[in-house]
Amino acid sequence: MTAAAPAIAVEGLSKSFGGRTVVDALSLTVPAGKIMGFLGPNGSGKTTTIRLLCGLLTPDSGRGTCLGLDILTQSPEIRRQIGYMTQKFSFYEDLSIVENLDFVSRVFDLADRKRKVAATLERLGLADRRDQLAGQLSGGWKQRLALAACILHEPRLLLLDEPTAGVDPKARREFWEQIHALAADGLTVLVSTHYMDEAERCHEIAYLAYGRLLARGTVAEVIAAAGLTTFTAQDSGTGAMRIADLARALAGLPGLDLVAPFGSALHVGGGDAALLRHSLAPFLANPDFVWREDAPTLEDVFIHLMGRSTDNFAGGAR
Amino acid sequence: MTIRFGASAHRLWAMILKEFIQMRRDRLTFAMMVGIPLIQLILFGFAINSDPRHLPMAVLDSDRGPFGRALVASMQTSRYFDLVRFVASEDEADALLAEGKVQFVVSIPVDFSRRVARGERPALLVEADATDPAATLGALGALETMARTALDRDLTGSLAGLKASAPPFELRIHRRYNQEADTQYNVVPGLMGVVLTMTLVIMTALAVTRERERGTMENLLVMPLRPIEVMLGKIAPYVVVGYIQVAVIVITARLVFAVPIVGSLWLLTLTSVVFIAANLAIGFTFSTVAKNQTQAMQLSFFFFLPSILLSGFMFPFRGMPLWAQYLGEILPLTHFLRVVRGIMLKGNGPGEIAAEVAALAVILLVVSVVAVRRYRQTLD
Repeated sequence: MTAAAPAIAVEGLSKSFGGRTVVDALSLTVPAGKIMGFLGPNGSGKTTTIRLLCGLLTPDSGRGTCLGLDILTQSPEIRRQIGYMTQKFSFYEDLSIVENLDFVSRVFDLADRKRKVAATLERLGLADRRDQLAGQLSGGWKQRLALAACILHEPRLLLLDEPTAGVDPKARREFWEQIHALAADGLTVLVSTHYMDEAERCHEIAYLAYGRLLARGTVAEVIAAAGLTTFTAQDSGTGAMRIADLARALAGLPGLDLVAPFGSALHVGGGDAALLRHSLAPFLANPDFVWREDAPTLEDVFIHLMGRSTDNFAGGAR
Repeated sequence: MTIRFGASAHRLWAMILKEFIQMRRDRLTFAMMVGIPLIQLILFGFAINSDPRHLPMAVLDSDRGPFGRALVASMQTSRYFDLVRFVASEDEADALLAEGKVQFVVSIPVDFSRRVARGERPALLVEADATDPAATLGALGALETMARTALDRDLTGSLAGLKASAPPFELRIHRRYNQEADTQYNVVPGLMGVVLTMTLVIMTALAVTRERERGTMENLLVMPLRPIEVMLGKIAPYVVVGYIQVAVIVITARLVFAVPIVGSLWLLTLTSVVFIAANLAIGFTFSTVAKNQTQAMQLSFFFFLPSILLSGFMFPFRGMPLWAQYLGEILPLTHFLRVVRGIMLKGNGPGEIAAEVAALAVILLVVSVVAVRRYRQTLD
């Protein structure tokens, strides 16, 4: 494989469960050595896509390669070269850190096993806790253990499914430092997340909603492509109307795709600038608020994209 | 509405309602709730008979006279005995008893008819396989009653005087393998099979479902492990556990219950591995079916019940109707009981238990194939 070949290249991947299309004709390319952020609301098909990529699920249709290997026919080979970190901690809670890593290293039949386990423990700062039971670790340490187990066999691609969910900010920051260090060593990383700050740490992001890829590119590209116009209204403290009243008054007006309170401020925006300005006109003149046009954030873009796509999962108990 | 102890009927109702909803969602549990009583009823009701009839019998007829034949005929009329075959020698009869192919051997001595006619009251030897005393109890009782009247029809004319008073021949019953008809001798070796079945099936049934329930299965699947490696890896540790159980039971049987160990312990050790592996493979198969640990437990219990009732552990195997016997033949415990009782009580050697061990091996093979095929390498 040449350096230019993508780590992941899939076309038209579809998967449905019980008549519900969870992944819908998804095409995605992830360049080698990059960190690709995988974003989207809950149930948008991120986990299913990741499972399709590593062969845990068989696609209904579509084709593609992972590290140059066919995802349909070569998944055993793919599995040897990827590290997959599941959303839920999936190592043995009744085994210690080092016992878990020993297990993984034996399963992968690693040469120079002991040295690699020791080096990985060292790299992730787990050496001092090596004999603690995994079940007794806090969320942040569990996640470190999971990452350690995923990179032990020196994979070329990491698939991380919401690795930082429920982890404190400091542990998250340290985790991302590790991810960047790994990418600097040449690893490709596909990481799904709900955190906007994490999305901004990625080289590129892909936004998925209801099984479809809605946006792709660098953060700046995705924001620009959305074509959003946003305003922030600050309560001037002089008038009778409060921010909450303004939010109620604005809700449902044409052109307002998002209305979100942030403390004493209200953030509004829409895809159609002219229509937005028209709807806002009476309020812009209201002296109760100080208005300011500002640049849309990534979160604005996502909420806007989410509002546009339709939920095909509504109704029915599982 | 508040009842005493601070319990609220509304809160109680909330809990009850939730339990019912969960019960309804868990289809397997629901099926078990109906299935287990039904199966119990059918098994207890139709299959189990503690006074078995139609027990296989071999006849060694060295007399070939009319009274011998009349006797065998009236034994069959009693419905307790089914004549399987005539044998030519004692060795042949012994072999049939040892292999469990017949339950009784009736030896009619030379000149039996002539000596009966002379009023000499010759001895008639009936050997019974008494490994399971309960199985032969009814038949032997019937035999003693019958002995008085069996030849009445043939004792006519000048022989009529031999009727009435004492039986015209002396009935000698020889209980083989378990002379004191001690039930413990039969139950304790059998318990070895029962204990192994119960613990090993449950242990492996839980082993894989636990991985699934805790979410570690996804990780196992994505790692380069083959199904056969997972299965053998799960099973092997429990083979050791099974052997510890065998050792504990054999030692206890010997020391506490004074059960004789006639045959070779090595042979028992060797054959146990097939039985242990078969149970573990069954447990593994259950764990590929069950969605959670509760279901795995239920499936194990569902399997355990017929194992106890239809294997010949609790009730005489031959007392069951044919359909139940066929069902029993599918269960590993049935075959292992024959092996373990054969080795411990009868002193069976490799030749005599080969067929039962082969049956266990077939069960092991079939179940293993099912288990490996059922084990999914994906989450589809």
